[in-house]
Amino acid sequence: MAEKSHQRAEHWRKTRRLTIWVLVLWVVFAFVVHWFAKDLNGASFLGFPLGYYFAVQGSLAIFVILIFGQNWIQDMIDEEAGLSD
Amino acid sequence: MATMSKDEFLNNLPKVYGLYTGGFIVFIILMAILERLGVAAYTIGILFVIFTVVIYAVIGFISRTMQVDAYYVAGREVPPVFNGMATAADWMSGASFVALAGGIYFGGHGYLAFVVGWTGGYVLVNSLMAPYLRKFGCYTVPDFIGTRYGGNLARFVAVVILVVASFTYVTAQINASGTIAARALLIPFEVGVWFGLLGILLCSMLGGMRAVTWTQVAQYIVLIIAYLAPVIWMSNVQNFGIIPHFTYGDAVARIAELETLLGVGTAAGGDAPIGGVRILTNLHNDPGTGLASWKFVTLAFCMMAGTASLPHILMRYFTTPSVRDARKSVSWSLLFIFLLYFTAPALATLTKLQVLDPELATGIIGKSIEDVQALSWVQNWTAVNFLAIADFNSDGILQINEFFMRPDIVVLATPEIAGLPYVISGLVAAGGMAAAMSTADGLLLAIANALSHDLYYKIIDPNADTKKRLIVARVLLILIGAAAAFVASLRLTGILGAVAWAFGFAASGLFFPLVLGVWWKRANRAGAIAGMVFGFSAGTLYLYHVYFAGGTPWLGIDHLRFAMIGMPVSLVAMVAVSLMTAEPDAETQAMVDEVRDPTGKTILG
Repeated sequence: MAEKSHQRAEHWRKTRRLTIWVLVLWVVFAFVVHWFAKDLNGASFLGFPLGYYFAVQGSLAIFVILIFGQNWIQDMIDEEAGLSD
Repeated sequence: MATMSKDEFLNNLPKVYGLYTGGFIVFIILMAILERLGVAAYTIGILFVIFTVVIYAVIGFISRTMQVDAYYVAGREVPPVFNGMATAADWMSGASFVALAGGIYFGGHGYLAFVVGWTGGYVLVNSLMAPYLRKFGCYTVPDFIGTRYGGNLARFVAVVILVVASFTYVTAQINASGTIAARALLIPFEVGVWFGLLGILLCSMLGGMRAVTWTQVAQYIVLIIAYLAPVIWMSNVQNFGIIPHFTYGDAVARIAELETLLGVGTAAGGDAPIGGVRILTNLHNDPGTGLASWKFVTLAFCMMAGTASLPHILMRYFTTPSVRDARKSVSWSLLFIFLLYFTAPALATLTKLQVLDPELATGIIGKSIEDVQALSWVQNWTAVNFLAIADFNSDGILQINEFFMRPDIVVLATPEIAGLPYVISGLVAAGGMAAAMSTADGLLLAIANALSHDLYYKIIDPNADTKKRLIVARVLLILIGAAAAFVASLRLTGILGAVAWAFGFAASGLFFPLVLGVWWKRANRAGAIAGMVFGFSAGTLYLYHVYFAGGTPWLGIDHLRFAMIGMPVSLVAMVAVSLMTAEPDAETQAMVDEVRDPTGKTILG
């Protein structure tokens, strides 16, 4: 039982750290880049103004990649802790 | 399905839906041939809507069940990719399908906050909610609240918030399905609403979550084909590139040139000749600073928090076989949703360019009003009061401020503007119907399940047997559906207002009690009840203040953003009251540890 609760504590610590990192990236691409959209529009990406690009594709694609990436790492955390089915 | 073994059924899924997709494409081709042979446009529209709705009803019928697990959580056997498709259909409403591109067309950059918000919310779903709720093993969202915090009061308050949020949303969906049915089948709107409800109930009544799951997968396939095909076809016909998504940067730049040239937002205009139509006044890409930036991020935030709190979405992740599959299916959900959301701005941009650019054959601004009024799409939409032209300065030339349009028609009229065959318009009608029906199904089921499971079974009659529970669930489904259709037939709200409010209600009342239930062991019953009651009340009062009582929005927080008021109140109330009252007992704290462990049995067994 002590072994199990240690395993769980370690697993939760890593899970929490990963979640915080994911949420930090989320804040950047959900809010920060859009706050500065006007400034970013000075730059161009694939022929789009950059600030506009984030709102129509960039942030969306990053969210998709972020979730797939998070789940990939979370699976590793689960396996490492011996907490995967 | 009953005669097949479970494994056989699951292994056959890709084949079954592959055949279904192929069959649907054959049907589209058949309709195109019929059109060539001279069959009338309205017949093709009717065939599209009837054919797809009958298919959903058949799937709903063969998924019928009398088992509690199958009825509430589809037997917890839905593979992640399919659950991803079902969630995407559940999620993308009639508003996403019909109104989103139109909103971007008229609203410009500010409106893109919806696009960012309705996708970014899934990061919260994946990080904070879905895997833990799946581990919990609940049937409904209030089931989690009721068990984590204990007591009937917490459960009851969660049911009330769920019902308010989901009911607000479902009337908008039934409204949308009624509008589409009315237009495609040439019946009055009030009749269309009841036709839409009938289709929705056929999908969900006999098989509950199981039936809704497999019809939603079918509906996703129809709606995504119906959204992408016209845009890609239009782009190829009008030479905007084979796949327009990556190449419309030039169109954005060209629109900016034309806006200056045509005087978008600066030319003086007159009053709209009929209600509901608008002229284009917002620039296509003008993000602004200060208050505009604040309004963008607050709207995105409210939509994201709402996404992560809306029960009809969260309950889809109760249906996967494991915690890991729940996470996987969130990633698939967002990928499938992304396909539509990154298409909508392309559609809005290219359609706008086609209308504005005098150098394109499709352009109408700057042309003679007589010529424009001779165009068949202008005539069709003018006839139903969705479009209007007024020559304010009597020069016979159409100026930007003389062309009025309802935002909803951008998606519906695009095939006609680009001169595509009518079969595409029929396809779009079927797609809009699929989007509205699938969301309505999920919402109705969320409400009926909460009332039948949490209110009836858990609070009123815990001794009810399976048969009685499932009959109660179905009776409630019909009653709520009928109530929603009745409200929809009164046409109280526009589609989008009601949708955004649902997000606000859910985020104000449920977001923090759900998140802190997993992430903060110290959260207790009194705190959760305070969080729900104060958050929901504060949000609702603020909504009343700015929308109904005519109050001035504080810091630009208008009726779409009332969760900006409700959520902080909810958080503060929940934390303060939790800290002032005793910490949860050891059993509850052990339960939280158990929820955080992705392995082992579910909490509720």
